[in-house]
Amino acid sequence: MPTKPDPGLVAEARDLSVHFQLQGGALSRLLGIGARRVKAVDGVDVQLRRGEVLGVVGESGSGKTTLGRALLGLAPATGGTLTYHPTSGGTQEITRLKGAELRRLRTDVQMVFQDPSAALNPSMTIEEGVGHPLVIHGIASGEDLHQRVVAALERVGLAPVERFLSKYPSDLSGGQKQRAVIARAIILEPEVLVADEPVSMLDMSVRAKILQLMLDLKNDLGLTYLYITHDLASAKYFCDRVAIMYLGRIVEIGPTEEIFAHPRHPYTQALLKAIPEPDPDRMVPRDLPRGEIPDAAEPPLGCSFHPRCPVATPVCGWEQRDLKALLEEHWVRDETADYEAERATVGDLDGLDRPRTTARLAGKDPAAVRAVLDSVRAADPEEPLWGGVRAVEERHGHLEVDFVDGVDPPLRASHGVEVACVHYGADPEWPAEPGEPGEPGS
Amino acid sequence: MSPRADDQAEEVVIEAEDLRVWYGTERGPVRAVDEVDFTLRRGEILGLVGESGCGKSTLGRGLLGLLPEGAARDGALRFLGTDMLTLSRREQNRLRGRELGMIFQEPLTRLNPLMRISEHFAETLRVHEKGISKDEVKRRSLQALRVMGIPPTRFRAYPHEFSGGMRQRLMIALTLVLRPSFVVADEPTTALDVLVEAQIIRILHDLRDTFDTSLLLITHNLGIVAEACDRVAVMYAGKIVEIGPAAEVFRHPQHPYTRELLRSTISLSTTGLNFIEGAPPDLTTPPPACRFHPRCPDAMSVCATREPPALDLPGGSRAACWAAAARHDLVTLDAEESAPLEREELSVADEA
Repeated sequence: MPTKPDPGLVAEARDLSVHFQLQGGALSRLLGIGARRVKAVDGVDVQLRRGEVLGVVGESGSGKTTLGRALLGLAPATGGTLTYHPTSGGTQEITRLKGAELRRLRTDVQMVFQDPSAALNPSMTIEEGVGHPLVIHGIASGEDLHQRVVAALERVGLAPVERFLSKYPSDLSGGQKQRAVIARAIILEPEVLVADEPVSMLDMSVRAKILQLMLDLKNDLGLTYLYITHDLASAKYFCDRVAIMYLGRIVEIGPTEEIFAHPRHPYTQALLKAIPEPDPDRMVPRDLPRGEIPDAAEPPLGCSFHPRCPVATPVCGWEQRDLKALLEEHWVRDETADYEAERATVGDLDGLDRPRTTARLAGKDPAAVRAVLDSVRAADPEEPLWGGVRAVEERHGHLEVDFVDGVDPPLRASHGVEVACVHYGADPEWPAEPGEPGEPGS
Repeated sequence: MSPRADDQAEEVVIEAEDLRVWYGTERGPVRAVDEVDFTLRRGEILGLVGESGCGKSTLGRGLLGLLPEGAARDGALRFLGTDMLTLSRREQNRLRGRELGMIFQEPLTRLNPLMRISEHFAETLRVHEKGISKDEVKRRSLQALRVMGIPPTRFRAYPHEFSGGMRQRLMIALTLVLRPSFVVADEPTTALDVLVEAQIIRILHDLRDTFDTSLLLITHNLGIVAEACDRVAVMYAGKIVEIGPAAEVFRHPQHPYTRELLRSTISLSTTGLNFIEGAPPDLTTPPPACRFHPRCPDAMSVCATREPPALDLPGGSRAACWAAAARHDLVTLDAEESAPLEREELSVADEA
């Protein structure tokens, strides 16, 4: 769809997906079954505006790094579009670039990596390493190359330059290495820097220095940043806008101030509450969501966050794996529960490992299984899962639990931000209609 | 696991006096821990903070005797009254695991991928508690798992079947199942996600209620210390420069290093970036007198000539700083001594 190029736009992802095929065992490959796909980035819409710092925040496995790599053409898109709009005009479709075109893109879009020790070639001096991009792209050589390296090192504060030119990365401290990595990234005079956790491996006392350097460079060189991090505190200070990612999706995006002042998505709220606060007068009581980021190859039905969500509704996507987790949690938490006996009654839980809205419990005595479930429910009646139970019935000699079909909420505008949660922007009745077009074929 | 009696709560578990740890390098001896004094009481959690290269990990390992070849300890280190430095290697080995535990940063490298979790527990318990019955092994293991929030259904699973946060809980459970009196946790949450980190911090904080264990929590994250620890020790260049109740130290930092470390931490309340100029010194040739003086914004001329004594301050903390001592009228400095220190301009080359 041809659109007017918006001069403020540097890059734009539309319904971008990056799925990775997982290799199964030899047998499953032979039979062509069980091939699983990890949806690292799953239908993301996001715009990168000229001169801004866009933060992409999420835990490991959220897809934030893959999104950043896609912008450099380093992660092959499996769906959607990702366009780049250079200042020189025109539009490039990053997902279709190959070879020389792709290399040309990288003179415009550069990356700063998390681990400066791994990002620098240990057998190259700082002069060789920092100047390497100019050599690769055939932009400079000889004295010109030397001068440009000197200028870049001075810019990132590695001065007096003579002390660093002939050093090897192993001679430098962590902060100095990261400065060298940044020097290498800016030496091609790029427009966009993708900074993937640029300070998270550095000491607290050094982080502020590197962030300050990056802010100075942005202002001096007119850069645009995609700042990828799991650290909300630095994102709050550093970014103009923030996108919160969870399991390959953006769940909330908006101006930094608004997101931090009024976090809307329950996941954003949880992340904010989890940050340890050094000031004893500002500490808040913790109310942590249970569990960890689920398997991205088989994400939860409905909203991916529902198994951990404290305010989940009946339509958020309850399924049999949630019932398994609930039983396990019950046996951990309730010290009075007779684990051995209840486990024997309910039967093996391994049959509940697939995403299904009907759970068939393996126990041979349905009435007894029902009694166990009733006691679990009585122990914690507030548990949101029970709201999603449509029916508990005896079928074919087993107890089966049916769950309400879930809604996968799309990003919707709400008070200046966009949130993907049934609590915002939707009809309060939570209509059970499919929210976003899924991936029926996958 | 009876509730702590009051007299027990006062029991000193670890007592370090003038403790020193150094090791030889090509450039000469490195005094990674230098004249450190502190005590740790039963059930107490002491946070140990400071920049990389300040000797935090060396101190933690030195307390357990887990130092590499070529490292030496001196001074005094008492564990429940026993002098650890005069014990034979064999006697030390007997204490480790059973009485002294360690939680590492990367749980996956510490678990055997070919052994079920149940086997890890059985091995640990059998090695340290000879003749323990099978039922007792199971009972103790399941209880340790429950405290860590790991479902009993996962007892026979393999390490790879667990998520990162679960593995770290497993490591903690494997350490605590022996009910050690003292545990060192070295950056236990650094590799974990924000939410999981918060879960683990809560578990560590609640440990004393269940296991009555004293904990030394080494971290570079000041927020974690503020939330999980009773007391905090701030280390700089091998020395403890300030130690005291966590809330007091964070509210009223007495040593300029503590204050600057807090100021440079980026938290949700950060409105401007602050940092400490320069980098920690090379410990083969530390600066004379107060080791922080070359980077200290408050440095006086006395700071470059005489080492500040560690003094107890009114708020309950103890700091080794001339400026803090003078502020509380604990020392009297003449005009020459208290003159601001002329400092050489730090070039960015010396920056970390």
